[in-house]
Amino acid sequence: MVSKPFLSIERLTQRFPDGKGESLTVFEDATFGVEKGEFVCILGHSGCGKSTIMNILAGLAEPTSGVVKMDGFEVSGPSLDRGVVFQNYSLLPWLSTLKNVSFGVAARYPDWSKARVLEHSREFLAKVGLEGDVIHRKPSQLSGGMRQRVSIARAFANQPKLLLLDEPFGALDALTRGTIQDELLKIWGGTEQTVFMITHDIDEAILLADRILLMTNGPFARVEESVEITIPRPRSRTGIVDHPNYYAIRNHLVHFLGQRSQELSGATSDGQSQSPVPIRIDKTDAPEGEGESRLRAVNL
Amino acid sequence: MAGVELSDNKRAAILSIVMLAVGLVIWEMAIPGQKPVGELTEYERLTGAGAQKAGVPPPSQVIAKAWEELSNPFYVNGPNDKGIGIQIGHSIYRVLTGYALAALVAIPFGFLIGMSAVAYKAFNPFIQVLRPISPLAWMPLALFIIQDSDASAIFVIFICSIWPMLLNTAFGVAGVRQDWVNVARTHELGHLKTAFMVILPAAAPTIVTGMRISIGIAWLVIVAAEMLVGGTGIGYYVWNEWNNLDLTSVIFSILMIGIVGMMLDAAFAMLQRAVAYAE
Repeated sequence: MVSKPFLSIERLTQRFPDGKGESLTVFEDATFGVEKGEFVCILGHSGCGKSTIMNILAGLAEPTSGVVKMDGFEVSGPSLDRGVVFQNYSLLPWLSTLKNVSFGVAARYPDWSKARVLEHSREFLAKVGLEGDVIHRKPSQLSGGMRQRVSIARAFANQPKLLLLDEPFGALDALTRGTIQDELLKIWGGTEQTVFMITHDIDEAILLADRILLMTNGPFARVEESVEITIPRPRSRTGIVDHPNYYAIRNHLVHFLGQRSQELSGATSDGQSQSPVPIRIDKTDAPEGEGESRLRAVNL
Repeated sequence: MAGVELSDNKRAAILSIVMLAVGLVIWEMAIPGQKPVGELTEYERLTGAGAQKAGVPPPSQVIAKAWEELSNPFYVNGPNDKGIGIQIGHSIYRVLTGYALAALVAIPFGFLIGMSAVAYKAFNPFIQVLRPISPLAWMPLALFIIQDSDASAIFVIFICSIWPMLLNTAFGVAGVRQDWVNVARTHELGHLKTAFMVILPAAAPTIVTGMRISIGIAWLVIVAAEMLVGGTGIGYYVWNEWNNLDLTSVIFSILMIGIVGMMLDAAFAMLQRAVAYAE
């Protein structure tokens, strides 16, 4: 490797006691990187350790071994440099919408005046479409979609170096999910924000990500492949389905999650660092021979 | 009937007033009137039937007494005859002093044992043994050690109000959702900020419920404590009027105890609404 990526996960291993005196290995020696400004989604079945990886990146959990480095520094403990959007929104129910955002901004920029903190918070709430009276309501008076918007605004308002999204749309209905995905793309498009996101939803991952990491089933889960999404931005939900690469990529992902994630599971690392295989699927103008050679393990 | 629609609240209020009126009328009629002395036979007069008999007074007498006492609540006619306002004032002062001291100890301490599972388990046996002790059982010990009846009464209030506040605070703090704590951690809030910005508001409804239970118990206990220590206070007043065989004053003061207790509870109900939040 010539230069280290912005976020570098090195030989990350997580084992839990299984209650019978032995240990259960969720994943071992996982090694991958995320570049600055990149939007990376991680896809995998429940129990493969996605959330564990997320918690380690957030600093909320400690790995059994291995390190996470961001900007060359080892990550330990939670930090304002790594913002998190949790699946269940995690808004503080006794604070108004605006205060839920502004307390985070005030923590991030302790030397800002109160007025500046509020203005900055309002600005980011407006970016997700929350303006006017709504921002003075308590979270319990908001719909699920609006609550998640607040949570996204809070994370973006803090301008963290790395934004972690833990299945942010998992609890939303399909229509709301679509709208908020668009809003996430919009707010992300205007920043240089590096995003690492967990999802279960293949279409969501294709729409949002620059790169998708595919995980095999646990135990001994691995980050098996790193699939580049060769669909140009800006993307829209209706636009991407017409792109020639869309179904090729989608089929590859479906095939992986439906079959190969199971077949490939359970292999130990034998003490070797486990990096994902880079996959590039491009059916547009790539020369025939070159394109084919990169179409590894694609079943079309 | 006549097309008049009343809200449930109004209908309940009317029903309450009707029940009160019916109850008072039955009570009034159930008390046998004393014959005037003039109508008694000579034999009856000789056997003492003409003397004032002690009996349960009718409500009309209680109301007259209440009017008399409440129109001049702060008079002082010597150590054994003070206005009802002064007596209640002494009781409230004792309750609030003992209660405030208990809150100062119970809430910070409950916070600490709620944050640490080990501390909770270590203190739990002591709490479980001390909690069921009737507060009045402490009275002899308090009187001996403190050697002051007023301070002993305050101590008894302290000891009885501490447990619900302590346990509820610990319970509320221990039960704060991990998500909210994680929000504090990812925003790098320090321990003190996390405690005041996240844990305290999250646990506040449980803590205030404990405070409300405590103030109720404290008000129950002060009456009994003052019957023992004497001197001043509404509990002493009840006992003093019983010794005077003035049942009208006894009934009147019982009602006053109820009303003050209700007002204390209502104050905490307001506080409870102020800190409540919906998830």
